[in-house]
Amino acid sequence: MIFDYNVVWENLPLYFGGLLITLKLLALSLFFGLLAALPLGLMRVSKIAWVNLLAWSYTYVIRGTPMLVQLFLIYYGLAQFEAVRESILWPWLSSATFCACLAFAINTSAYTAEIIAGSLKSTPPGEIEAARAIGMSKAKMYRRILLPSALRRALPQYSNEVIMMLQTTSLASIVTLIDITGAARTVNAQFYLPFEAYITAGVFYLCLTFILVKLFKLAERRWLSYLAPRKH
Amino acid sequence: MLKGYGAVILDGAWLTLQLALCSMALAIVLGLIGVALRLSPVRWLAWLGDLYSTVIRGIPDLVLILLIFYGGQDLLNRIAPLLGHDDYIDLNPLVAGIGTLGFIFGAYLSETFRGAFMAIPKGQAEAGMAYGMSSGRVFFRILVPQMIRLAIPGFTNNWLVLTKATALISVVGLQDMMFKAKQAADATREPFTFFLAVAAMYLVITSVSLLVLRYIEKRYSAGVRVADL
Repeated sequence: MIFDYNVVWENLPLYFGGLLITLKLLALSLFFGLLAALPLGLMRVSKIAWVNLLAWSYTYVIRGTPMLVQLFLIYYGLAQFEAVRESILWPWLSSATFCACLAFAINTSAYTAEIIAGSLKSTPPGEIEAARAIGMSKAKMYRRILLPSALRRALPQYSNEVIMMLQTTSLASIVTLIDITGAARTVNAQFYLPFEAYITAGVFYLCLTFILVKLFKLAERRWLSYLAPRKH
Repeated sequence: MLKGYGAVILDGAWLTLQLALCSMALAIVLGLIGVALRLSPVRWLAWLGDLYSTVIRGIPDLVLILLIFYGGQDLLNRIAPLLGHDDYIDLNPLVAGIGTLGFIFGAYLSETFRGAFMAIPKGQAEAGMAYGMSSGRVFFRILVPQMIRLAIPGFTNNWLVLTKATALISVVGLQDMMFKAKQAADATREPFTFFLAVAAMYLVITSVSLLVLRYIEKRYSAGVRVADL
């Protein structure tokens, strides 16, 4: 069996177009996901029982169901209701790109909220006591002490989440978007060359994963070097 | 409420469970082989194990599923005529799904197992050797029971991710509960109802798994001292 390089070469523009879509989906969902995860993470460490329970239920349900179901609920499901179809949001909610971003952002917000909450809980007690001793208000303590240190310590775990999200964006191809996986499915449908089509997509994802890992290593060196093992 | 599709979806749920359990069994075998390779002193075997785990973990499950399903079908139909088999062979989606998910999650499990083996103090194996146990006996009597306890948290995580990943096999035509829900949704034009029902089913499966695995973790941690803060 031979690998048909020509087909891959001729369809590279399609794959690079897909790469752009993948990156766009990833960036948008990570941005909005992180935005939602911050308040959710704070709710998850709240001492007020119902606030905590509310955020816990959200993350539990999202983390306990498959991404594909969530995507289908939003993309196919919402159209069931006439109120949705007649609302001013319909032009957005009928667009695959918007629905995919929304579903991905909701999904990553739940996982990220748990990461942030875990990181907040592992704050060394001394840091909190020091902040109280100086007489900081609760809000100021969160802003100046807790969040900066917790978000830094969350970096290694968050890098895993980002890589998982990169892989998750491949589901967008199921709702008609031509991302990297969508490009591969198009090529396979056209030429019946599954190995060429999907191995090329795999190489694209592997490269993206390696780049992301490198970027997070750099970020950790920049922001987490104070926690690194001491070098003599 | 489900317009008579309840039984159909439950049928699909059974298939989903079968798929998840069989894939996990295969993944455990491949994960153990993977970790044996990675911890092997033979350089190229260790390299092979690392390659397996890195490449599989760097590519989305969906791409691997499509590659193995369509690629496997293609390969099968090119090889079969050489063996004197002329009919077109359709790959059974359940068998292909088990093979694919087992292969993918074997890579993730080899990572979990590796961490667990490395966390066992060296003295444990040395003590076994000192008693005159063979290395196979040291492996199964000393290392594996301790490895299980250390691997449970990672295993729980992998099991939950695998259960949810089974939904993707519906994309290549396995009639699991996701597939059945899509059919019911198309037929009744009530997608939200059916996908919500399926989401609830998945939530039940993941919740029960969490409870069971937490119980197992407690059993295996009997006698382990935890720092009392």
